[in-house]
Amino acid sequence: MIRSHILVCGGTGCTSNKSQDVVAALNEELKAQKLDNEVKVILTGCFGLCANGPIMVVYPEGACYNHVTINDVKEIVSEHILKGRIVTRLLHVEDIQTNKKVMSLSDTEFMKKQVRIALKNCGVIDPENIEEYIGVDGYQALAKVLTQMTPEEVIDTISKSGLRGRGGAGFPTGTKWKFARASKDPVKYVCCNADEGDPGAFMDRSVLEGDPHCVIEAMAIAGYAIGSNQGFIYIRAEYPIAVKRLQKAINDAKAYGLIGKNILNTGYDFDLEIRLGAGAFVCGEETALMTSIEGKRGEPHPRPPFPAVKGLFAKPTILNNVETYANITKIIYNGPEWFSSMGTEKSKGTKVFALGGKIVNTGLVEIPMGTTLREIVFDIGGGIPNGKKFKAAQTGGPSGGCIPTQHLDTPIDYDNLIAIGSMMGSGGLIVMDEDNCMVDIAKFFLEFTVDESCGKCTPCRIGNRRLLEYLNKVTNGTATMQDLDEMEKLCYYIKDNSLCGLGQTAPNPVLSTIRYFRDEYEAHIKEHRCPAGVCKALLHYEIDSDKCKGCTLCKRNCPVNAITGEVKQAHHIDPNKCIKCGLCMANCKFGAISKK
Amino acid sequence: MKSIQELNAIRERMQNLSKDRTVADEGTTRIVVGMATCGIAAGARPVLNALVEEVAKRNLKHVVVSQTGCIGMCKLEPIVEVFVPDQEKVTYVHMTAEKAVRVIAEHIVNNNPVKEFAVEEK
Repeated sequence: MIRSHILVCGGTGCTSNKSQDVVAALNEELKAQKLDNEVKVILTGCFGLCANGPIMVVYPEGACYNHVTINDVKEIVSEHILKGRIVTRLLHVEDIQTNKKVMSLSDTEFMKKQVRIALKNCGVIDPENIEEYIGVDGYQALAKVLTQMTPEEVIDTISKSGLRGRGGAGFPTGTKWKFARASKDPVKYVCCNADEGDPGAFMDRSVLEGDPHCVIEAMAIAGYAIGSNQGFIYIRAEYPIAVKRLQKAINDAKAYGLIGKNILNTGYDFDLEIRLGAGAFVCGEETALMTSIEGKRGEPHPRPPFPAVKGLFAKPTILNNVETYANITKIIYNGPEWFSSMGTEKSKGTKVFALGGKIVNTGLVEIPMGTTLREIVFDIGGGIPNGKKFKAAQTGGPSGGCIPTQHLDTPIDYDNLIAIGSMMGSGGLIVMDEDNCMVDIAKFFLEFTVDESCGKCTPCRIGNRRLLEYLNKVTNGTATMQDLDEMEKLCYYIKDNSLCGLGQTAPNPVLSTIRYFRDEYEAHIKEHRCPAGVCKALLHYEIDSDKCKGCTLCKRNCPVNAITGEVKQAHHIDPNKCIKCGLCMANCKFGAISKK
Repeated sequence: MKSIQELNAIRERMQNLSKDRTVADEGTTRIVVGMATCGIAAGARPVLNALVEEVAKRNLKHVVVSQTGCIGMCKLEPIVEVFVPDQEKVTYVHMTAEKAVRVIAEHIVNNNPVKEFAVEEK
């Protein structure tokens, strides 16, 4: 008889911190203490608090342990499992200053403001066990759709819920399905975009790793609604755990007759296959993705015709993002009114964000639309580490823009983000503090899109390359104010003339940083100075001769022998030899070295 | 699997899952077993197992069985404390697996504390 469930995170983050070893050690220890018949250990999906992984939650107490290693296992078993004493030293620390600890995950500030719909089962069930998914009402939505609803009613329900595409563009999902339903063709396709390519984004990966069946179920529902019997999930090969769990889930669903021929005796057939992407960013664009599924080189092509009319293999196709599908089953099961009661006027429901960058609680969060950035960064995310100041947050990855301090209180939804020059994007949210140079950030994202441009259209292939050259001029101090004007013009040219979403959005990080941080660009250009102290070409290191004790530590650590000076006498850096590695400054015990 | 009945049968079988993996709320009855060295030595483990088994067998909702350390009256172990919301705590002493089954049936199900097992007040 099972009296206690121990859930250990098996997401990519915790796996790379050896959570699988913890599970193995745990099973061994339970066996050694003869508790293996009373306690069940489950490798589950992402809890969200990736910064503190590996995460372990022990029920019925709900104790959430952070940073668990194999060395902690023995104590957890003999103290908590055997004697019922919580191992307080491993509990989540809410406030570093006061060392305030919180026992259960649901009581943390991190979780309090979250509403989990897409992530409902992540961190609750074993993603590799289809029966656990069925136990939490899994496949009930599919059964309801197949036995009680017409395809039109399904589409109507989705339309009424107000669900918009979670891949970033925010197109109403119900409308998309309606178009595909209206296309008269005996062969149609349902596709899932799991080619999550934005740097710093891992929402879709976590859904697929933690709850793969919810995507499979939703795709079968979509197939029934538009009249399709075949689905494809396009997922990047860089997500090995997600691919493995998804494949097992598809196999299990087939074995249980929940996809395949004559599902639940209703006469409806739906088959599903995985297609692996080779890691090209452009293949996240819908037309390029379909071209890639067809086995051709992943390049976009102009729309119209839209995929709902002529998509995969020239047949009517719908393509939705993983997170969009993850909402479908819950909308069908709980009704469209339940879903549309959350969120803002034009953006309903919730959105999953992957928090990264300069933030305490790096991880995965799901918040109702309309939550402010301030709540996400400071309440849920725990603020900026090391007492630094918030500078901006980047949403939408390389296609989006930055949100500066003055917009921290903007309620987050599709339309508000566009109004302030960013976009929802798929959900990557990278936080920057005062130590980040905004020109350097724009350069980082543009380098990424220049690398990932497929090269089919000229504005994107050549325009972005030229734009990057301008940015390089700014960061090494050789740009002029005229260059800055030219840059802006070029940005708009690229946006207006590129073939697909990649090129049309590539200049966004540059435009939004110019819009909000023009002073930083001007400091680089006019004063040859990087205010954040990041751009190497504009920096120089100096030794304060009053503070220098002549300990020779900097001299001995300098890799290029740029530092001269005798013992017990002030040292000096030769700016011509210095490569600005910062080693001298890191090694100086007297704080005598500064960068300017 | 070919029918919705079969799907529902699996759901039925797995239905304790969500209860087992949520933290007890205020409306939940807590049954706490003293599981320090003294408790274990006096035979608390069979008591704990019997309680868990009985709760599952009767499919009792809003009841959780958990453990605690030494309650402080080692000579009265195994000790089981029952916390029903808005009622006074009842402490059972010198428990056995058989007594545990009766506590579930009489106290938890019928809300009728088994006075003869409870600690005597002096």
